[in-house]
Amino acid sequence: MAGVPLLDVRDLTVEFQTRRGTVTAVRNVDISVAKGETVAIVGESGSGKSVTSYAVMRILDRAGRIAEGSVTFGGIDIRHADEDDMRNLRGREISMIFQNPRAALNPIRKVGRQIEDVLLEHVKATPSEVTDKAVEILDQVKIARPRERYHAYPFELSGGMCQRVVIALALACRPQLLIADEPTTGLDVTTQKTVMDLIVELTRERGMSTILITHDLGLAATYCDRVMVMEKGNVVESATARAVFTEPSHPYTRKLMRATPRPGVSLRDLLPEDASGAASAVTKLPVAAGERKPLLTVEKLVKEYPRKGLEGIGGTVKKLLRRGPVPEPDTFRAVDGISFEIDRGESVGLVGESGCGKSTTSTMIMRLIDKTEGTILFDGEDIGEIPAKAFARLPLRKRIQMVFQDPTDSLNPRFTAARAIADPILRLGDIKGGAAVRARCEELARQVGLPLDLLDRFPHQLSGGQKARVGIARAIALKPDLVILDEPTAALDVSVQAVVLNLLQDLKETLGMSYLFVSHDLNVVRLLCDRVIVMCAGKIVEEGPTERVMSAPEAQYTRDLLAAIPQPKFGRSESESPRRAATS
Amino acid sequence: MLATIGKRFMTVIPTLIGVVIVTFLLTRVLPGDPAVYFAGPAATPQSIAEIRKTLGLDRPLPEQFARYVGDLAKGDFGNSLSTGRPVATEITSRLPASAELTLFGLIMSLMIAVPLGIVAAVKQGSWVDHTCRVVATAGVSLPVFFTGLLLVYVFYYLAGWAPAPVGRLDAFATAPPQVTGFYLIDSLIAGDLETFRASLGQLLLPALTLAVFSLAPIARMTRASMLAVLSSDFVRTARASGLKGRTVIITYAFRNAMLPVVTTLGMVFSFLLGANVLVEKVFAWPGIGSYAVEALLQSDFAPVQGFVLTMAVLYVVLNLLIDILYGVIDPRVRLEG
Amino acid sequence: MSDTATAGAPAISAAPKPPSNSLFAHARHVVSENPVTGLAFVLFGIIVLCAVFGPYVVPHDPLASKTTAALQPPSLEHWFGTDQLGRDIFSRVVVATRLDLFIAVTSVALVFVAGGFAGIAAGYFGGWTDRLVSRLADTIMAFPLFVLAMGIVAALGNTVTNIVIATAIINFPLYVRVARAEANVRREAGFVLAARLSGNGDFRILLGHILPNIMPIMMVQVSLTMGYAILNAAGLSFIGLGVKPPTPEWGIMVAEGAANIISGEWWIAFFPGAALMIAVFCFNLLGDGLRDIVDPQRRT
Repeated sequence: MAGVPLLDVRDLTVEFQTRRGTVTAVRNVDISVAKGETVAIVGESGSGKSVTSYAVMRILDRAGRIAEGSVTFGGIDIRHADEDDMRNLRGREISMIFQNPRAALNPIRKVGRQIEDVLLEHVKATPSEVTDKAVEILDQVKIARPRERYHAYPFELSGGMCQRVVIALALACRPQLLIADEPTTGLDVTTQKTVMDLIVELTRERGMSTILITHDLGLAATYCDRVMVMEKGNVVESATARAVFTEPSHPYTRKLMRATPRPGVSLRDLLPEDASGAASAVTKLPVAAGERKPLLTVEKLVKEYPRKGLEGIGGTVKKLLRRGPVPEPDTFRAVDGISFEIDRGESVGLVGESGCGKSTTSTMIMRLIDKTEGTILFDGEDIGEIPAKAFARLPLRKRIQMVFQDPTDSLNPRFTAARAIADPILRLGDIKGGAAVRARCEELARQVGLPLDLLDRFPHQLSGGQKARVGIARAIALKPDLVILDEPTAALDVSVQAVVLNLLQDLKETLGMSYLFVSHDLNVVRLLCDRVIVMCAGKIVEEGPTERVMSAPEAQYTRDLLAAIPQPKFGRSESESPRRAATS
Repeated sequence: MLATIGKRFMTVIPTLIGVVIVTFLLTRVLPGDPAVYFAGPAATPQSIAEIRKTLGLDRPLPEQFARYVGDLAKGDFGNSLSTGRPVATEITSRLPASAELTLFGLIMSLMIAVPLGIVAAVKQGSWVDHTCRVVATAGVSLPVFFTGLLLVYVFYYLAGWAPAPVGRLDAFATAPPQVTGFYLIDSLIAGDLETFRASLGQLLLPALTLAVFSLAPIARMTRASMLAVLSSDFVRTARASGLKGRTVIITYAFRNAMLPVVTTLGMVFSFLLGANVLVEKVFAWPGIGSYAVEALLQSDFAPVQGFVLTMAVLYVVLNLLIDILYGVIDPRVRLEG
Repeated sequence: MSDTATAGAPAISAAPKPPSNSLFAHARHVVSENPVTGLAFVLFGIIVLCAVFGPYVVPHDPLASKTTAALQPPSLEHWFGTDQLGRDIFSRVVVATRLDLFIAVTSVALVFVAGGFAGIAAGYFGGWTDRLVSRLADTIMAFPLFVLAMGIVAALGNTVTNIVIATAIINFPLYVRVARAEANVRREAGFVLAARLSGNGDFRILLGHILPNIMPIMMVQVSLTMGYAILNAAGLSFIGLGVKPPTPEWGIMVAEGAANIISGEWWIAFFPGAALMIAVFCFNLLGDGLRDIVDPQRRT
């Protein structure tokens, strides 16, 4: 790291004025980024990683301010530069890519015009040249038919496409430093890979420096030279990607590192060292074919929606994309004739990218919506024939339960934790009397590891992990045979995710339930499931034992999915995973 | 774009049908004998029976409705009892007075409220912001007839700046030759600056009254939606791209913030058209509102019915225009249509 | 919504807070931070006191005319002056509180039950229930609301009861819209799906799960429309509908004093008008304050 760094942040402290007083979001942070270097800032939500980058750009919102420290970029003192100089710097020298690309673009302005706005601001050019230039930049970020897309509005483009436009916007004036704030969060894993590859390719070819802000250690280690780990506003570790990944020195980094699901580790490995020591990993073996006792059999299941229901953003995109003379049917098949089985005590993963029909499938099995065609046999009974409305009152309802994706959304804000857990017991259970119900709630709370004194709190007084436990307790309250897990950890930080996944595994082993685990993340599914089903566009493209699908995928789509998971170039450290070398 | 407007136009039809049904029901079905209303306070049983017959009130309801619709289609709103003149003619001749007042009031209000809302949002927490809050809450709390009277007292009685509240023109001025029916425009067309000044003088206070009333919701909505847009991701992107403050606020924030404001305009029109009635009474303004109020007090129902129907149709048309305007600003509506 | 918090704000709220009797404490916090809301509560108390005890404590009979003392400006004897018939305006303003408040409260209570229930049902069930309720609300909304109220009172007959009914009808769409939208977003919320999985029927989900969550927003709506209801009723009586003289009522009192404004006797119209304004102002402030208590993020 010889010479003067391009960006030099010393002792940066950022404070926010809130209704509860002053909060220090970032404390004494040092960052230096050399020319052409790629640095990652990794941390969980609330670690202050985004705030740091906003401070560098000086676009903190009204309540925030740089309280201490200095920010120097190419010799310019950013903390004390006047607003005009800053404006010249932003977009031209330093630019930024944000998460949620669709929201990052002006919804009622053509994307081409938005790029032109930036060009006109920073580049001396006439309006006619600028249009050509905008089209050229759209072409550079590999947008097909750029001249046509120039006239598109953000809502007419897919999420990945919008992110390309945001990248185009950021790179339009050939800045020296790019700050990418969670650029791929919310995108499908295959889209994530193409977007990241594009960013790396473009920045490398222009000799730019990059700061990548992410919660994903794997992503950081795959694409960056150096990694800084932040926790609660402090930088706890800063080293080369290889060093952080292979020999993390700070306990927090080690915890984060361990908690990140990755090939070659078992569920127990995700827990912090002290916690995992006691629980020995149980190596799961594929169930032999002879002893199968199907609990759930799904045959040729179909769900069709009328096209009209596809109005809105997604619908419009689809309409624009279909420019053929081919007449479209009036209905859209969200689930297109799928068949599979789940055995007693088995965990099956249902994996696919957004819009593949996995959630529709699970909701139909859940009997919350009615199928269009096919059969759903549960323990020999055709529950697919019972209308969703009637099913709610049947005793069978007890036997199929669900853990929801967003623990906050799935708890009634007006119910205490105990009341939420008690709800199914009161409605469908056979326990009567307040004291008995309360006792059952406490038993369930102990089972899911929820401290009893939290039972009388309301959801907003609980943390994300605690809320997830309440949701799980509610789902197992009636001792169901089948629990559908709908992305149960998608809204959680990785360290919480590790704990929750382990809890689910323990519960399964003690209570003997079957799981249908719906997720977009093969690495997570792998940890919990004996078998996986991969779905794409409403159809099953591959099905088989987890290890086999992960190590020797047959379908091209599965291979793409696996290849898209960020994989650091270096192997795992000896101390971390002695058992197995990285798969494939 | 034209197809979208056409489609939107079609949705107006069921609303109009609903409006006609409601105005019909108001007279025929609700308790109370419409013949008694139509006959007026000095009616004898014979005259009531006669009126019932001439009005067709002895026929079954569907037939009455068909007749009512048929009359409306011919532009026949019935005759006023007190003046004997056809309601339709009366309303047509008085409509420009009301329209001029309402539009002028709305324009005044927009010219104050929108900049106020924008500045309040951009300089959140400044004195402009506080003024905006006070004005917004006070404005919706002021009964419009009370504001009108206060303004008359201050500007006519105390200060002597405004003319007496006696309608569109005082006794000494003559109305300009009718072209649009708007005195401000007609007097300019005729090149009569004297009349222009006189009618502007008469118009200012009632229009200001309406403006004060409609200022609040517009300023409030502008401020709120500007604040929301200013903290949105795309404004952050624009700022991070180094765009000028003016470009960010006008091209990026303002145009997006206008969308909810345009929607609020529908509600504002509803308030304005209602408030119009009260303002016309305070300022002796010869519009359709004061016509309806006079008729109401004499239990002369045909003008009231015609008035309610006219206002509803006007309002439906205004809402249609607002929707079209929304479509012009927002490509999402335009393309999905 | 929760993920897209303001740019760069630190996510400190993730930490669990200790339980407390939160609503009361929060209300006290809001009042202490926003004294205007406190003022609104005080005003509200005064208005209620006037409505309850006003008729028993006023210095003069609100109906007693004394032509010798007509058109007197405010004085120690007559705080707000006297009108054309020599009636004491202060007494009339205070006594009128009960009638004005009665009209507003009954009409809002009516529409709260009818509009709220119809809206929740429409939002939750969708389908034909939704179409029916929405069509009804849309038809009412197709009229300028005050104009429709005029038409209703004219048709139903010129009485106070009919003013209450007309005010309730024109507020109906506002309640339907709020209740429908709130019920609609919660219909697919995780906790409602979870309630269904727990074996709750539609009725129980509506009343036990959705209604309590909508209640705070509906209460804000009540407070905001209360002011509008008062304005509307006063407007109707200003143009001569509903309340008949000599009954003291704010709108009609302003109308009675309107003619005297141009000759300088401002007090006849001013004091009832000011009372009206303060009452409406109070309810609007209360509405805003309640909104802050219910949902600090919606502050505008």
